[in-house]
Amino acid sequence: MKNFLKLKNCSAVKVETLPVLPFAEFRQTLIESTGKGKCRVSAFFPLQKSSETFLCALLIDPEEHSLYCALSPVGNSFLSLTPEAPVFHWFERELFEKYGIKAEGHPWLKPIRKADGEYFTMAGDAVNEVAVGPVHAGVIEPGHFRFQCMGEKVYSLEISLGYQSRGVEKLLEGKYSSRTLPLFESAAGDTAAAAATGACALIEALSGTVISERAQQIRAILIELERVANHTGDLGALAGDVAYLPTASFCGRIRGEYLNMTAEICGNRFGRNCIIPGGVRYDIEPARCEKLLAHLRRVNPELKHALDLMFDSPTVLDRFENTGSVSLETARSIGLVGPAGRASGVKLDLRYDLPSGAYKNSAPKQAPCGAGDVLSRAKVRYHEIFASLEFIEKTLIDLAQGELCTPCITALQPDSIAFSLTEAWRGELCQIIVTDTQGNIDQCRIVDPSFHNWFGLAMALRNEEISNFPICNKSFNLSYCGHDL
Amino acid sequence: MMYWLLNLVLALLLAPVLFGVINKVKAFFAGRKGPRLMQTWYDIFKLLRKGSVYSTSSTWIFKFAPVGTLAALFIAMLFLPLGFCSSPLGFQGDALLFLYMLGLGRILTVLGALDTASSFEGMGAARELQFSVVSEGTMLLLLIFLAIQSSSCELNTMLCGRGNSFWMSAAPSMLLSAVALYVVLLTECCRVPVDDPETHLELTMIHEAMILDNSGPDLAFIHYGAGLKLWIFSAILTALVVPADLLSPWSALLVMTSGCFLTAVFVGITESMMARYRFLKVPQMLMGGFCVEFAALALLLISGGVK
Repeated sequence: MKNFLKLKNCSAVKVETLPVLPFAEFRQTLIESTGKGKCRVSAFFPLQKSSETFLCALLIDPEEHSLYCALSPVGNSFLSLTPEAPVFHWFERELFEKYGIKAEGHPWLKPIRKADGEYFTMAGDAVNEVAVGPVHAGVIEPGHFRFQCMGEKVYSLEISLGYQSRGVEKLLEGKYSSRTLPLFESAAGDTAAAAATGACALIEALSGTVISERAQQIRAILIELERVANHTGDLGALAGDVAYLPTASFCGRIRGEYLNMTAEICGNRFGRNCIIPGGVRYDIEPARCEKLLAHLRRVNPELKHALDLMFDSPTVLDRFENTGSVSLETARSIGLVGPAGRASGVKLDLRYDLPSGAYKNSAPKQAPCGAGDVLSRAKVRYHEIFASLEFIEKTLIDLAQGELCTPCITALQPDSIAFSLTEAWRGELCQIIVTDTQGNIDQCRIVDPSFHNWFGLAMALRNEEISNFPICNKSFNLSYCGHDL
Repeated sequence: MMYWLLNLVLALLLAPVLFGVINKVKAFFAGRKGPRLMQTWYDIFKLLRKGSVYSTSSTWIFKFAPVGTLAALFIAMLFLPLGFCSSPLGFQGDALLFLYMLGLGRILTVLGALDTASSFEGMGAARELQFSVVSEGTMLLLLIFLAIQSSSCELNTMLCGRGNSFWMSAAPSMLLSAVALYVVLLTECCRVPVDDPETHLELTMIHEAMILDNSGPDLAFIHYGAGLKLWIFSAILTALVVPADLLSPWSALLVMTSGCFLTAVFVGITESMMARYRFLKVPQMLMGGFCVEFAALALLLISGGVK
């Protein structure tokens, strides 16, 4: 990694300081560093620099707590990294789809966001193909799933997305405006707090703003409340999918309680429009703090009871255990992130590995890793809920004094690139802004955790019963719009 | 005869209410209010007022299946001693006709599902048939058990002509039979842990998957038929365990009706307490039911509980 530039999380550098490597060296370093699961790829995208196209790779080394970045010139095609480092397969398909840059030797080079009607199929009389979606029976986002089965057993699942594609990255280009943050927040609406925190960190890095401790803490509280609410909703939905009613009903209600706490802070149940460059818009005054603490102390035992009911039920455990397993090896090679990755044993949590904001001082307790099945994904979420609740309570009690919002000049530093990595509730959320000579946003990249994890769901379904698809899907609960952007 | 007719009318009216009872019990366990008791009736009336939509690729089989299934279930019901009153249609060997009528209802639903050529409905049909292999076997064993106990092949006598002392003479096998019949009831009526009537996930459905394409009056017939089926099995379960020879017709009516509602309460409790089994486990549970009924039969023969 010596040839890569070492960076700090939530920092901005001039584009010309990024090292440019010959492609062979660039490729070799990427394959070697990601190979043994040492580093992971956060972003892999083309960068225009003086009318020449470069490939830019952003790597995380979790053990060294550092970020690495480098460029390499690329024409219309390059030698695919996927055969040696499968973690690049989705990125390379994206490059092919969006920019027409072809990865030569990629085993399955087709668009990831445009259904082309071509699917992997199996031959034989006994094979039955099941197509689900893009319109589903529940009120959920659109996505198309193609199963190749024999009887109840799934041999292969191909996931075809892109129905939610809105061109968010394109919309973000141009001058920084009042539209910029809402766009970041709505890239995946259930991850608004984390997305806004990451986006604000970019703007602050590009404008050299330092925000107060108090604002950082309020941001972290919002992110953790978002995590708790979503995990609670998902665990309830998991119970619902195996027809275990008590937990399903209780969690549905309790999720609302946590959303209401977010609303108590900022007036919006999804934490929107609260986090702004320079800090936060709304304060948690002592009276509000007391109210929140009382609310938390009332609801937390109810949640624990509801979840313990499920995790103590043998029939539920039987459904979850050894269902939809993703091995550590697979998880590493396809680059799973977040709770799904941790459930498979990938110890990656940006709140520890690359802490930013309030997480530099303290972070929620880490959840133990699991065996990679639905049960471990559920258990990881269970542990994360209570670790986050403890963190929220602690942070609320020792909220630092400080300015709510430091004035932030939104004139961005020109010719620069800023990176931010935030641990959203689904996992690593990577946001990148590249500015042009006038300080306008020239290019914007969002790599949602779902981008890394959708293929994990397809892997979880291998040799699984088709009737277990819903609980596997729910245990990941990935974002369609976050992926499609 | 009059009392039997009265019981029949009552059964036809109350059958859909059983779902209301189940849902109320489930709502109670979940801390919710739940849908109204009569909700299934409201749904049926709503659906009857609507039109049906038919795919251009489906044939008359698809249109015939819902009404055919309902008719088959209704005919099956006519042979039951509802309210412990003998059915006027009973004859020696009607137990087999009863079993075949249930089978006819099932196969019509399955054919209707296959006629749509939808992969979901095909999966549902395959699962339905796979599970019915065992549950029909258990049902047949139960009928043999009753035939031995009552020395008759007529459902009237088999269910109500076994005297009042069968619990004294053959308590263990009675208990085992009741358990086996409850397992059959859960399977046949598509309840948790076999099927989940509330799910919206096509990939996990059995019965719901088979009727995904039905709408309007056809769907109303299917919902009503499901109610009748639940009433049929609850009535058999009640008649199996309650010795009602000496009851007056009115108290017999009360016992039968409350027996059916009590069964619905039990189903509701079962559904609230447990998650649904994975599909590979369901045949194991059904085989368990079959073995339990087999043990009941063996015990009956060994203990000499034969009349």
